Amino acid sequence: MTRPRPRALALPAVALTVVLAVSGCGSRTDSAADPAAASASGGASCVDTSGDTVKIGFLNSLSGTMAISEQTVRDALDLAAEEINADGGVLGKQLEVIGEDGASEPTVFAEKAEKLIASDCVAAVFGGWTSSSRKAMLPVFEAKDSLLFYPVQYEGLESSPNIFYTGATTNQQIVPGMDYLKEQGKTKVFLVGSDYVFPRTANKIINAYAEANGIEIVGEEYAPLGHTDFSTIVNKLKGSGADAVFNTLNGDSNVAFFKEYKNAGLGKDALPVVSVSIAEEEVGGIGVENIEGQLTAWNYYQTVESAENTTFVKAFKAAYGEDRVTSDPMEAAYTSLHLWKLMVEKAESFDVAAIQEAADGVTFDAPEGTVTVNGENHHIAKTALIGKIGADGLIHTEWASDGAIEPDPFLKGYDWAEGLS
Amino acid sequence: MDALFSQLFAGLSLGSVLLLAALGLALTFGQMGVINMAHGELMMAGAYTAYVVQGVVGDAGVSLLVSLVIGFLVGGLIGLLLEVTLLSRMHRRPLDTLLVTWGVALVLQQLARDVFGAPNVDVRAPQWLSGAVQVFGIGMPKTRLFILLVAIVCVTALALVLRLTPLGRQIRATVQNRDLAETTGISTRATDRLTFFIGSGVAGVAGVTLTLLGSIGPTLGTAYIVDAFLVVVAGGIGQLKGTVIAAFALGLLQASIEYSTTTSIAKVLVFVAIVAFLQARPQGLVAMRTRSLA
Amino acid sequence: MSAQLATARERLLAGGRARTLGGFGIAAVLLFGVAPAALSDFRLNLLAKFLCLAMVAVGIGLAWGRGGMLTLGQGVYFGLGGYLMAMHLKLADAGPGGVPDFMLLYGDGTVPGWWEPFRSPVVTILAIVVVPVLVATGLGWAVFSRRVRGAYFAILSQALAAAFAILLIGQQKVTGGTNGLNGFRSFFGFDLADPVNKRMLFFIAAGTLLVMVAVVRRLMVSRFGELLVAVRDQENRVRFLGYDPAKVKVVAYAVAAAFAGIGGALFVPIVGIISPADVGVVPSIAFLVGVAIGGRATLLGPVLGAIAVSWAQTSLSESFPSMWIYFQGALFILVVAFLPGGLASLGAVWRRRRAGAEESGPATPPEPTPPDPTPPDDAVPAAPGDATTAPATSDSSAATAGRLP
Repeated sequence: MTRPRPRALALPAVALTVVLAVSGCGSRTDSAADPAAASASGGASCVDTSGDTVKIGFLNSLSGTMAISEQTVRDALDLAAEEINADGGVLGKQLEVIGEDGASEPTVFAEKAEKLIASDCVAAVFGGWTSSSRKAMLPVFEAKDSLLFYPVQYEGLESSPNIFYTGATTNQQIVPGMDYLKEQGKTKVFLVGSDYVFPRTANKIINAYAEANGIEIVGEEYAPLGHTDFSTIVNKLKGSGADAVFNTLNGDSNVAFFKEYKNAGLGKDALPVVSVSIAEEEVGGIGVENIEGQLTAWNYYQTVESAENTTFVKAFKAAYGEDRVTSDPMEAAYTSLHLWKLMVEKAESFDVAAIQEAADGVTFDAPEGTVTVNGENHHIAKTALIGKIGADGLIHTEWASDGAIEPDPFLKGYDWAEGLS
Repeated sequence: MDALFSQLFAGLSLGSVLLLAALGLALTFGQMGVINMAHGELMMAGAYTAYVVQGVVGDAGVSLLVSLVIGFLVGGLIGLLLEVTLLSRMHRRPLDTLLVTWGVALVLQQLARDVFGAPNVDVRAPQWLSGAVQVFGIGMPKTRLFILLVAIVCVTALALVLRLTPLGRQIRATVQNRDLAETTGISTRATDRLTFFIGSGVAGVAGVTLTLLGSIGPTLGTAYIVDAFLVVVAGGIGQLKGTVIAAFALGLLQASIEYSTTTSIAKVLVFVAIVAFLQARPQGLVAMRTRSLA
Repeated sequence: MSAQLATARERLLAGGRARTLGGFGIAAVLLFGVAPAALSDFRLNLLAKFLCLAMVAVGIGLAWGRGGMLTLGQGVYFGLGGYLMAMHLKLADAGPGGVPDFMLLYGDGTVPGWWEPFRSPVVTILAIVVVPVLVATGLGWAVFSRRVRGAYFAILSQALAAAFAILLIGQQKVTGGTNGLNGFRSFFGFDLADPVNKRMLFFIAAGTLLVMVAVVRRLMVSRFGELLVAVRDQENRVRFLGYDPAKVKVVAYAVAAAFAGIGGALFVPIVGIISPADVGVVPSIAFLVGVAIGGRATLLGPVLGAIAVSWAQTSLSESFPSMWIYFQGALFILVVAFLPGGLASLGAVWRRRRAGAEESGPATPPEPTPPDPTPPDDAVPAAPGDATTAPATSDSSAATAGRLP
């Protein structure tokens, strides 16, 4: 049987493409063969400040699993932008907001960040939520030498000149949470968290803290993100003899955990839970009846009593509906835009280097209280608040730190934290 | 010792959840070869039904019982709509039903997001299900006992329907040999529709019971779909027995590995165990004897 | 095989070759000439990312469209290639004997032994191809030789993707957990922040994709390609003819895995990150969307479909995140349900409707009638109890049989 064979077809095709590929790059690559000639080449900023407006970018997940949380941050950012524009803008220029969807995927965050900086030429970007989204964007902002304002509490151990962190770092949330438990005389703590970077890093810090403070960690359990069956983990919790739980679970898992916790007959008095990822919006989904009386650690609650907060809550409800609540990440996002405005005004320029120069010491009377930018590590000093979830679904301050806590992302100021970073 | 019993119960309970999630799937997959990736979204529809019903009825206890019935109907009707509009046109293309229903799942999730909002909603558990029953010195949460009961009722009812009713005979005949069934005058189309209605309805019931355990949000179904399929595949199709055994076996396996290692490792090991198991028995636990070349 | 069939093939190939060469020429001009000239650096890099996804699609087209193996777990191979490349880039950035930054933060500050070999660029490049192929061969052999197929195979491959993602997340100290691996500075000595080098990466991706398409075309028109289609349509008949269908399937599956691995490896320097979110259940299914919409059994359908869907996602989701999901879902449902051959078969279906009785016009190559023309999707009987041979539906037979090059 004769078989006609299309033999030579692929070979020239391969040869052609290889030649083209090589010729397409060979002549140009030597121009940048030195890896040490780092970011300078990508840094030429295209930000246009000659007109009456200046562009800024909001990058939050509006679709995917994180949309629940990040949509609220976007709402707060929009509110802040409207306020600033109504108030005359920044350096006399109206803000022109370019919104992008991060789609809950780190790669999309990186891609959209690049688009905002390189194609839209925004002066600064506000957004991000998960650690993975921030880690994905970080190299982009460093390579393009632009600015990101990140509004969520996170696991610390990071400090980039191109990022301002307006949420809490570990010594403003985790450490005060443990301080509180210690004050209450708790000696056996059980750790439960979702299996990802923030809980694992937080628990590493808690372990070091516990060792130095005579607290015993009687269990440390992680559930995959989205995990819904907590019977085994709650069984382990019951058998551990713990007198408090430190909870770093994220999202839906909290609902399953607290339902199981309640069904297993555990109670807030004998075994209180301190949560660091449950804010006002999440309470409704978990069910007030399942979580009432439990503790949270944040830097802001809707119930904070101050003139600034009253105004903020009122404006937010007016814009988005009476049934909406405000939470810590929203407040941090709202604050981040105002802080950027103040930095720009202090620097009298939208230039990245000038802003970095001017950032240190910029203060803003935020809804949570007065916050101050630390020019060295780009975090902000803020007050830690331990709150108790009330029957009204809101969180009420139970304990406050002694004034604003200076940010210390690498925990340099704590002897017990030596060797953590 | 307590820990052993506690974990035994945890495993049985997880098994009953898996069983509820997989039961409807076993029926539709076995009967029609339809791989319904939107099965999880039918469960989600059941869960939201419980939320809506509670909003109307108010009392948590009454609304739970009413929701079980309405959840069955809601799940069933959505499933029926799916069958009539799309799947009935794709009877001989099982793999394509997988893709189509995945697209349906995407759309249903977004629909739930747009109708009920992205944040989770809360369904209160009735007072008579709060707390735990003490047996052998261990506490068994009443909600989990209730789910176990619902699972047993569903399986028994389904088994009786399959065994005793004319519809059951028609379903079994169609599963075993569709063409021969058609030849003997059974309307396989009508049988398919009823099967799909019942299978989807069970998914709705599963969704209602899940409100006792976990979150109620647009992505509720995605947490269960992979596990449910593995139960069906490991159990072997065409007979409920296999699905029941597989569900409880996987539940106990997951619970026991999880207790001695971590939750993540347990999940990975269970997946690996199923792949290995299917090497030994490609047809699953309980294989139906047929003359076909597998 | 009859003599008549052989001549049909000959005619077919003669016409097909000219067309294919022409197609290659156009693709090369578009990729190497038009795109770099017309697109900004940012858009070009985006296109490079889509090309990487298209590489996975080419493999899926072979395994699924031609071989009938619906693989819901290509994310595993994409991830293997991506993580291997990322490991090397992390080690290279850390310098000789250095420790990648994330290990200092989350791990114990030492590089685990199994990371060490990937300090070598040669080992890495070899591993990017070899590891996915080995895994796919091992798994494929175990599964296919036990005659696990159709839905069972699909569900198993999906479970594998789920397990792989959970495993990566759980081993944060050595994999970076949910953060994945990111923050690469250089690519084999070239600075990644330099737009010129980003451009070079685009050319590499474009060249690689063209080579892959050439390889797949070569496989399609070979004896192997015919066997593969035969296995898809009537596995048992192939077995009775004395061939081992498992071997045929394993080869196609391994090729698909290698392509996915290479796609993943190139994805890493282009996008700058690989994380478990790129390898799990959802991205694995997402790979299929473009393939199904483009035309699973065709040569270029998967490529164009993957690029078009990615492009639409990026540009539409910007302005209408919610509408995009409805649109994507609806398009996907409609195409799979009513146009199983994908958009590539639109022309054929339309011509067929139009021509009515008058058989294929000059543009449509004559069909090399296989012994038993069944549509691709019928490779699996609905259930073990269902051993019927399915009648061909007009849509799918037009889509596949008419599409042989």
